[in-house]
Amino acid sequence: MVVGSVAAIGAGLAAIGAGVGIGMIGKGAVESIARQPEAVNDIRSNMIVMAAFIEAVALFAVVVALLGNG
Amino acid sequence: MVFSFVSIFLLNTITLFANEKAAAANEEGSFNVTQTILEHIKDDHSWHLWGHTSIALPVIFYTPAGLEVFSSAKLIDEHHEPVVYKGKFDYKLVEGKAKIVNAAGEVDEAASKKLWDFSITKNVASLFISVIILLLVVLTAAGAYKKTGISSAPKGVQSILEPIVIFVRDEIALPNIGAKRFAKHMPFLLTIFFIILTNNFLGLIPIFPGGANVSGNIAFTMTLAVCVFIVVNLSSNKNYWQHIFWMPGMHWSMKLFLAPIEFIGVFTKPISLMIRLFANITAGHILVLSLVCLVFIFKTVYAAAVAVPFVIFIFMIELLVAFLQAYIFTMLTAMYIGMASEEAHHDQAHH
Repeated sequence: MVVGSVAAIGAGLAAIGAGVGIGMIGKGAVESIARQPEAVNDIRSNMIVMAAFIEAVALFAVVVALLGNG
Repeated sequence: MVFSFVSIFLLNTITLFANEKAAAANEEGSFNVTQTILEHIKDDHSWHLWGHTSIALPVIFYTPAGLEVFSSAKLIDEHHEPVVYKGKFDYKLVEGKAKIVNAAGEVDEAASKKLWDFSITKNVASLFISVIILLLVVLTAAGAYKKTGISSAPKGVQSILEPIVIFVRDEIALPNIGAKRFAKHMPFLLTIFFIILTNNFLGLIPIFPGGANVSGNIAFTMTLAVCVFIVVNLSSNKNYWQHIFWMPGMHWSMKLFLAPIEFIGVFTKPISLMIRLFANITAGHILVLSLVCLVFIFKTVYAAAVAVPFVIFIFMIELLVAFLQAYIFTMLTAMYIGMASEEAHHDQAHH
């Protein structure tokens, strides 16, 4: 029998969502850099900001999972 | 060079720490990972140095009977267990928080609610240290600029500060606020950027001057978010509020629908800033601590062979995150200020 916390499932689901999101940003950024290499600086800073938004949502989920665990 | 120094330094401290703690865990038999991690990331009345040595910080209470100041060493006995301290009331630490207890040693909830804790805790002391560091660095640079002006090349501490200040100006303030108004907001943005950066870096140092989880404390990030909220709303103009309550260029039913959503957005923007910084830094600390705890879970020092390289790897990422979070916080603040003070689009008529 598997014993554990539902919070762990929540944290795992959050990781899946964030992984897909950040993966799509990475895909978009690499494609656009390949098309327009001279815009690499603008693309990079926008990529980081977008990744931070997604990461924040994932971390909200982690915080909720932690609170649910405690 | 700096990185290799830091990693060697971390390797030593972590291994020492791991050996000592693993021995302690074997003696005591059981080891609660979650409890240990939460103890390390929360605020405390004393500052743990090593082994059984800690700095006792002052405890300051405002009670209905008046002000009370004493050392936090009086709240613990020689075995580091909480004991009752008899002042104007009887105080005891319950899970790290000071409470008023009655004669039988039970927590008096009604009296504890009237207890205002203004103690210099670990986080407050760490904040003082970071402010002293910042003042030293910034005032030294400012003095150098006063003496030589901007005609000569930067020297000493100027060489570190100047690229960062120019980065904040050219990459954060200028593109988001605009050339007309960015200069007015530069002091605020730089303050936010440097205070977050310093506290993030101090939080990553595992020994004394660092080690407190300041920027991973929700009260600290809330204070920053409230400052951002005030500054954004003070710099707002008519155009901004019109876009919130009566979005131009929409059907009236859509305007009614959007108004409450946009109004909630005024508050959720700073709240998301608050939670983002708190969660990122806390998650980083938990990650490092859980990897160190692998040693105690497997109850062998040899687990450090796996744990320590991973911890160093995570520390390297955390160095990036420490900078990135300061950048993101300042960047979004600049974006919100820019949105709030944007002039109406005069070119709309041409479309």
